[in-house]
Amino acid sequence: MTTKNLLGLGTFLITVFVLVPVGISVSGRWDFYYTLTSVALLSIGAAGVWLTFYIGRINIGQGAYALIGGYVSAVLVVKADVSFWLTLPLAGLFCTTVSVLIGLPILRLRGVYFAMVTLVLTEVTRLSALALPVTNGAKGITSIPLPGELSILGLTIIPDFATMQNPKLAFYLLAAFLMVVSYAVLWRIVNSRLGHLCRSLQQNEELAASIGVNVAYLRVLAYGISSFYGGIAGAVFVAISQSIYPSSFVVTDSVNFMLYCFLGGLGYVSGPMLGTLLLYFGWNLLSVAKEYQLLVYASVMIALMLAVPNGVLSLFDRKGDRK
Amino acid sequence: MTAILHVNGITKRYGGLTAVNKVSFEVAKGEILSVIGPNGAGKSTLFKLISSFVPATEGEVLFGGERISDRAPHKVARLGVVRTFQETTIFRSMTVRDNIIVAHHLRSKASLLGFFAGSRQARADEEAFGASADDIIAFLCLDAIRDELASNLPQGHLRALGMAIGLATQPTVLLLDEPFAGMNHDETMKMVANVRRLRDERGVTVLLVEHDMPAVMKISDRIVVINFGEKIAEGTPAEIQSNPRVIEAYLGSEDAAIGM
Ligand SMILES: Nc1ncnc2c1ncn2[C@@H]1O[C@H](COP(=O)(O)OP(=O)(O)OP(=O)(O)O)[C@@H](O)[C@H]1O
Ligand SMILES: [Mg+2]
Repeated sequence: MTTKNLLGLGTFLITVFVLVPVGISVSGRWDFYYTLTSVALLSIGAAGVWLTFYIGRINIGQGAYALIGGYVSAVLVVKADVSFWLTLPLAGLFCTTVSVLIGLPILRLRGVYFAMVTLVLTEVTRLSALALPVTNGAKGITSIPLPGELSILGLTIIPDFATMQNPKLAFYLLAAFLMVVSYAVLWRIVNSRLGHLCRSLQQNEELAASIGVNVAYLRVLAYGISSFYGGIAGAVFVAISQSIYPSSFVVTDSVNFMLYCFLGGLGYVSGPMLGTLLLYFGWNLLSVAKEYQLLVYASVMIALMLAVPNGVLSLFDRKGDRK
Repeated sequence: MTAILHVNGITKRYGGLTAVNKVSFEVAKGEILSVIGPNGAGKSTLFKLISSFVPATEGEVLFGGERISDRAPHKVARLGVVRTFQETTIFRSMTVRDNIIVAHHLRSKASLLGFFAGSRQARADEEAFGASADDIIAFLCLDAIRDELASNLPQGHLRALGMAIGLATQPTVLLLDEPFAGMNHDETMKMVANVRRLRDERGVTVLLVEHDMPAVMKISDRIVVINFGEKIAEGTPAEIQSNPRVIEAYLGSEDAAIGM
């Protein structure tokens, strides 16, 4: 990393963990916590989608994994009395397992075919949540307790959320922390040989196979990591809203995850994060347009994609280099 | 001669069309063997069968006595049988050097997790790949374009890059599908010399498909001729040039005559 990158990273971390909380407490705009927490969690899901784009697959199914992750956490917390902190990685791992089983056959598909199947996956997941007994159908799972205490060897790492004065701040810090870790992992993947191999898949799978790359394995690996991100995001969302329904994540959410990536830029690790922030706030700002909100939103999106096809970040990157 | 590759009665049918029909031949270690034949004769399909990119309908390919048909192509590459493509096939949005570096994948000793964590082995691997890539760049005289984006290269250089990618895997047998296509006379002669050096200096066994007859006659130890999916002749360049069946096959097509 160059000094410039380090400075940027430092500024980013200070903004997220110090300036934002201070700014909110000074201005008294507590509602911003919910907005920014959502942005952080959505950007984790988007980071996963971005990784599937990175191996050359259009993924419109991240909503499915957010829903699955959410249910895994909710069911374990409510029915088996498992600590939320344990359900968090379990939700991710469960999603990875599901995605490996589904991915083995469907990742052979390319382009629009893969995209269609992932889109259908979101709907199938919603219908399954409606039908399965364990998910409690349309009534969903409600009154989920807040995350309890996380302690290791008697040492309290995170106090019980129910006893906190300001659980909103705690959720924000949790989401921001997970987001930073997720993007650090993604950055490392992209800048290691793993990323190099992913790019080779994206550009030419046949050639990659001819130089000995296990194409099927690498595709499933990337998709598995992607779905882990989706599951984690879903699990935290459910902990915040303390409830989950089959309609908690739907096709629109899957499409949005993809749009976040497009808007931010597929060539940049931080693209999905910026895309999520812009789109989430952009959508809310457009509420002034009332019944024309969707129309204006769609027009702006189309204009943006035509004007900056490589994402907003490409505007700052005249050389076209990869970060 | 010790044969390193045995092709035994290999057949490929696409629906009603038999692209390759019961073709058998052997390749000796360190040999340069060309496969020639008119357009659509089945040469590329034969190469795809040998490298296991398409499954054979019948027959098999043995490499070092081991059956390699029906294995995944990346496993066959791992064993040392590597193909290049007739269509220019490179990683378009990578530089020439990055193309060659990524092609070193087979030789990494570190695991993917090791690369992720930046282990000592991973760093040693990266260093070795870089050095080896520079070596290949020098070997194929690509120094002038090493940092050029592959999508910007002219046809002649793309062919050379395709070969460089194949070389980076350190193959035992390298299958080159029309390596001189789109090259002018000088470029072709340079590449002919490179393929020779590949065999002489690195001991690579080379199979190649080519339409450029002067180049084929110059470079090959032996030639296999395919017409309508069937092998119609096999022998040294001199034998092939005087073989009546070969002459007939070439006169019967619009292809250039086989003479010099
Ligand atoms: N995937 C496929 N499906 C159906 N037919 C195919 C397929 N691949 C090749 N063929 C047919 O098999 C025959 C042999 O094709 P092949 O590409 O092997 O010829 P070739 O000798 O390499 O020709 P050229 O000199 O033009 O490269 C052709 O008739 C071709 O149309
Ligand atoms: Mg061909």
